Amino acid sequence: MTITRTFEYAPGAPPDDFEYEDDPVHGEVMQLNMGPQHPATHGVLRLLVELDGEIIRRTEPDVGYLHRGKEKSCESLGWAKFFPHTDRLDYVQPLMNNIGYALALEKLAGIDVPERGQVVRVLLMEISRIAAHLIYLGTTGIDLGAVTMFFNTFKEREKIYSILDAYTGHRMNNTYVRIGGVYADVDEGVEALLREFLVQFPEQIDEFESLLTSNRIWYDRNRDVGVLTADEAMAWSLTGPNLRGSGVDHDLRKAEPYSGYETYDFEVPVGTIGDCYDRYLVRVEEMRQSTRIALQALTRLAETRGGEVLAEDRRYVLPPRDRVQSSMEELIFQFKIVTDLRLPAGRAYHGIESSKGELGFFVASDGSSKPLRCHIRAPGLMNVQAIPLLAEGRLFSDMVAIIGSLDFVMGEVDR
Amino acid sequence: MPVEAVTLADTTTKELPLLVLWLFKAGLIYGGLLGTAALMTLAERKVSAWIQYRIGPNRVGPWGLLQPLADGVKFIFKEEVVPDGANPLMFRLAPILSAVPAMLAIAVIPFAGEVKIGDWSFGTLSIANLDISVLYVGALTGLSVYGVILGGWSSNSKYSLLGGLRASAQMISYELTLLLAVLSVVLMNGSLDLRAIAADQASTGMWNAIVQPVAFVLFVIAMFAETNRHPFDFAECEPELVGGFHTEYSSMKFALFFLGEYCAMVVMACLATTFFLGGGALPFIAELAWYVELPVFCAKASSFLFLFLWVRWTLPRFRYDQLMTLGWQVMLPLALVNLFVTGAVVALGWHPLLMPLLAIAVLVPFALLFGRPRPRSESLTHEGAAG
Repeated sequence: MTITRTFEYAPGAPPDDFEYEDDPVHGEVMQLNMGPQHPATHGVLRLLVELDGEIIRRTEPDVGYLHRGKEKSCESLGWAKFFPHTDRLDYVQPLMNNIGYALALEKLAGIDVPERGQVVRVLLMEISRIAAHLIYLGTTGIDLGAVTMFFNTFKEREKIYSILDAYTGHRMNNTYVRIGGVYADVDEGVEALLREFLVQFPEQIDEFESLLTSNRIWYDRNRDVGVLTADEAMAWSLTGPNLRGSGVDHDLRKAEPYSGYETYDFEVPVGTIGDCYDRYLVRVEEMRQSTRIALQALTRLAETRGGEVLAEDRRYVLPPRDRVQSSMEELIFQFKIVTDLRLPAGRAYHGIESSKGELGFFVASDGSSKPLRCHIRAPGLMNVQAIPLLAEGRLFSDMVAIIGSLDFVMGEVDR
Repeated sequence: MPVEAVTLADTTTKELPLLVLWLFKAGLIYGGLLGTAALMTLAERKVSAWIQYRIGPNRVGPWGLLQPLADGVKFIFKEEVVPDGANPLMFRLAPILSAVPAMLAIAVIPFAGEVKIGDWSFGTLSIANLDISVLYVGALTGLSVYGVILGGWSSNSKYSLLGGLRASAQMISYELTLLLAVLSVVLMNGSLDLRAIAADQASTGMWNAIVQPVAFVLFVIAMFAETNRHPFDFAECEPELVGGFHTEYSSMKFALFFLGEYCAMVVMACLATTFFLGGGALPFIAELAWYVELPVFCAKASSFLFLFLWVRWTLPRFRYDQLMTLGWQVMLPLALVNLFVTGAVVALGWHPLLMPLLAIAVLVPFALLFGRPRPRSESLTHEGAAG
């Protein structure tokens, strides 16, 4: 595994001895400030780009414009109260972040989630993945000029959000996952809505593909642009669709299964070259596979109807509301958990396969009600790191294709 | 075979004084042009809404018909900003240079033939009757690039500069193809006069879209590039250059750029109608009255205008170097070959329908072989189990 280029730039200032030996024109280099309010930077990413004509010589990502101190917030808020904050990390897939955090805490405390709870979680994760990939497809389309793709994908995403609204009561920032399961069961009405959506969704993907996959302009804009070799992808610790687009078959749902993913039947699409087009194909195929998994989860929901979705562990899991009002013990448990939830001393890391890559939560506890440390391994940050590598020597127009195909959300990158 | 398009006034018909006639026609046609351009801004949003599952503007007037008016009022009341370090003269001149040539070109478009109402004769329905109107149009489309370059350069903004540079290279490249495609038409119909070109197609019944398919396709593609429209809109290129040459413009100066763009679209649509669809002619009908020709012409031009909008909201955008490759390595040689073949066919007196047959025989297999990208979705491997 070799890293072909190293970047040792001081933020904001290019090195004094910076020279372009292979510069054919020997012209002046133009420094272009792209962002943080640039339409193609997907939020508040700032890129300092050095241009030789239209050719990018050097790029320097500048992150931190959306820093809200999420990790520190976790340490001061306490274990359970951090759940709403995880929604705001990668805000296009709030439930995925909820589940990632919950899994890390469950690993630390040794809690088993009931089977139906796991099925609901898988369902929510796959639905979130579809929603996040739809955002990728729409925004990348808009960046490359296919503005209508944005509305096509948002039409579908709107359906998902309506279903989540029916289930959780919120369109975004759902906070519906708890330590030990999910807050409430998926009822039959929501199940029917989900099934209706999932059955028609593959046709919609076919329609997106008919507009883009063999479109000559789309193909030319993405083919051989931003080529990331497998070695480079691993060296820059890229994960998720970006890594798989480069041909590395690594998916945490297969490699380190959690929430019962090993029992679902699905395939992991892997690219060949590692260009923007491969990453696009991988994501489109992942939407199909997610639909498959979600449909299987729906079948299991029908099989496990009536089962519990939340663990019965009164050390960590809140009792149901009706029992709190009728039982003294449950009232005491509720009081204890709300005011002073303590997790056993130790440390745990759990990574899940989010839509952007490996979303990991590292939590360390000293046995008190406040976490000693909460670190979030945000896949988006690694994706941003790959921009200079991919953009060097490319045309400025390729920058938007590369940014789009790497697919990051600044809420997660800056935390 | 040039046709006597100008009917000499005979003694029985009455005529207005020439100056009055010109002013009247100019008022009419320019009113129509600006009205169409304003309506196009509404049509753009309505068509895009239609394509994108939206409703579009519907607050101002019925179906949002007064939206262009509301936009105009808004533009007038916006603050005019001239950025620090901008060249004030050039910065103010650029929008004018962008809008005026586009508007001037409409003067030679023959919308309909001789207009007669009762005993009164008003001449053909075009402002100027130039014998070399094709050259006039070519010169004016060449001028319109100055507005974009100067706007990009004088703004003192890097994004604008890049946009202006891209636009200059692009428009100069595509103008070659555009005019070479027009030259084939000129050879075909034997005149540099737009009226004669339209009349010739009408009289023979063979529109240039049929006998000159290559030139037609090239003209339509170059038309998009020449007007800076999607998928060739690198000069503004919203997601990359944040507006490109008009990033720094505000208020009426910005509106003038827009007006110029839409006027250029209207002019190009009228030109395409005249060059390739026989102007106001209908198939199999030899002589038409002006009040039939005018709506037919407008309908044909509107279909081109709709094409502009349809393409914009459907296709992704080219990359700058791909556009240049397409222009210089594909379209320009094709236009030259087409010109050569046309010249040969005309000189040897062969039947003009030979050309579309030749084009289909040569280009369709070529396009089928190289036109579509090789499918890569099969190259995606599905790995079931990972270690």
